Amino acid sequence: MFEKLKPLILVGALLAPTTVLGQATPIGDAAAGAQVYQRECASCHQIGDGAEHRIGPHLNRIFDRRAGSHDDFRYSEALVRQGRDGLFWDLARLHAYIENPRALVSGTRMSYRGLRDEERRANLIAYMRAYSDQPQNIPEASPTAIAREVELSAETLAIEGDVEYGEFLSAECTTCHQRSGEHSGIPGIVGWPEEDFVVAMHAYKQKLRPHEVMQSVTQRLDDEEIAALAAFFRELGRE
Amino acid sequence: MQPDIVPKKIAPKGMVSLSRLASDYTGVWTNRKERREIRLNRGANGRDFMILNRRSFLGTATAASAALSAPMALGQAKPRVVVIGGGSGGGTVARYIAKDSNGAVDVTLIEPSRKYYTCYFSNLYLGGFWEFDALGHDYGNIARLGVNVIHDWAVGVDRDAQTVALASGEQLSYDRLVVAPGIDFVEGSVPGWDVSQQSLMPHAYKSGTQAQLLKHQIENMREGGTFCMVAPPNPYRCPPGPGERVSMVAHVLSEINPTAKILIVDPKENYSKQALFEEGWERHYPGMVTRIGPDFGGENVEVRPDAMEVIIDGVVEAVDVCNVIPAQKAGKIAELAGLTNDSGWAPVLPADMRSRMDENVFVLGDASAQGAMPKSGYSANSQAKVVANVIRGELTGSRIFPARYSNTCWSLIATNDGVKVGANYEAGEDQIESVSSFISQTGEDAELRQQTYEESIGWYNGIVADIFG
Repeated sequence: MFEKLKPLILVGALLAPTTVLGQATPIGDAAAGAQVYQRECASCHQIGDGAEHRIGPHLNRIFDRRAGSHDDFRYSEALVRQGRDGLFWDLARLHAYIENPRALVSGTRMSYRGLRDEERRANLIAYMRAYSDQPQNIPEASPTAIAREVELSAETLAIEGDVEYGEFLSAECTTCHQRSGEHSGIPGIVGWPEEDFVVAMHAYKQKLRPHEVMQSVTQRLDDEEIAALAAFFRELGRE
Repeated sequence: MQPDIVPKKIAPKGMVSLSRLASDYTGVWTNRKERREIRLNRGANGRDFMILNRRSFLGTATAASAALSAPMALGQAKPRVVVIGGGSGGGTVARYIAKDSNGAVDVTLIEPSRKYYTCYFSNLYLGGFWEFDALGHDYGNIARLGVNVIHDWAVGVDRDAQTVALASGEQLSYDRLVVAPGIDFVEGSVPGWDVSQQSLMPHAYKSGTQAQLLKHQIENMREGGTFCMVAPPNPYRCPPGPGERVSMVAHVLSEINPTAKILIVDPKENYSKQALFEEGWERHYPGMVTRIGPDFGGENVEVRPDAMEVIIDGVVEAVDVCNVIPAQKAGKIAELAGLTNDSGWAPVLPADMRSRMDENVFVLGDASAQGAMPKSGYSANSQAKVVANVIRGELTGSRIFPARYSNTCWSLIATNDGVKVGANYEAGEDQIESVSSFISQTGEDAELRQQTYEESIGWYNGIVADIFG
């Protein structure tokens, strides 16, 4: 991990350890998925450098691809129709299709009995994910991991609007919403009554309010975190 | 010898409040094995914190007295943080550590430029939607918050001595170092081009003077001439940047030079927001833009700046303005400091952007190899806040919270036609992972696109206020 390890100077109580958190859950075990691929898929589909269509289309950049959209491959009408209807290959659709192709696309030409074992399927999909667009280059590309639903018990966090935690969390907000309360193009959020703030965040979280950035941000805020933010911005308004 | 420190006690879920955690910490771990232990012992909710309480730590530590001494006792007035690079990553981390530690941490920012010109919105400047001066930000407010701003070049890092050498000959020592130098170009990535040719064929990929030069060349291009962009291979700063630039150049040309052509030579199969840009170009600038991808030789490009020629897969094209965006790597100082690997980027741990080469060093923003986050000012700003929280916690005992990373990239296609792409990121086992994403849709109505554009202006004002305001 550290290619250069040095004895760390111990500075006592003031040196708090870093939190080591693997928050994101992997899609699956890609290395194990390679074996599943060899066993289940490789006789018809190629993947990787120089992959070409064989009995089935090649599977490079399968994620985010519209179903039946390689111009140079002859698909079943059913699959092309699903593509036109708006079927794109994402994690959920790949799971469904590989589990039972005909359940997702009646009339597909892929004669495959399906892979019922969810874990092996997840490993296989994790393996295929590596051959699709990476979000570093294409930010809109499919996620590379699964967000973990984090449940914090009331005791874990000092709840009831923990202002200090709210201040840390607020750094995500202040990239756009100015600390001074100034606003142009993006609303000010300083000095709101806590209740209004909490209600608004939950409305974004439940996607009642439209706005992709706010929906995205609030997806991973739990009740305590929303309360903490509300408390922080209330306090900021009093300064 | 370092004692074998193994966590003896893990906080049972829900037993302690976060506010108490920092003061309970008395130990640190020093190697991979111990980190693995901690990971294995982590609670099911993924957020439990490791605790070494004082008693258990003393039970195993031979360096007990050292463990109990505060930094003061090490003969140093304050813990010291040195930040190399005053962009979106470095500026943010310096500011946040200084602001939040209320003077308890000595923060020095090393940045050669007295005024920082943001790369983001420099395309809007090319398109005539943003003033050049409005791209520039000075360091006065960062200094007022207590950061010692030194306008100089960092020319070397001695990681054993924990010092940074400046071009002036000064040596600065640090307890924690943050390296945020942005990008440099990979030499020879576009045959025929190097930085000595940048006045003939500008890259304009670090804003400032180069952006001014490119704008001048576009505005003075001959009637019906060809603007050529040599697009970079992955990974590079600002994934939608080249597409937005083409949009802005097309906007200018459609007004002052409508018979001009734009030629994109791209080594990549696809690029961010491609469907949105292509739809926009067709709608606003029909017939003006041609893209040559790798299928047609887009990855086999050479330039001849003196002759203003671009050779694509052996075929010579005469062009009038040529914007060469070369392949990229971490800013030179990251390499000099021994923080980069064969990829040219500096690998970091996903939980806190700590260098994999040195636990006292953090690498931020474009220079880092962290996984799924795009190289962008927004990403750097987001990462900087995580690092500021961690460094302050390590040096002052303040609370350390789990990392949260996010990014949004807005792009302008034409007047009032704005689009965006964004995602949330979390630390995975080996790298930062993307856990959700969104993007503007093709066919959106004009009102939504206008609001997205106005929002991007709000974001710009927000982020520069967050860093420099």
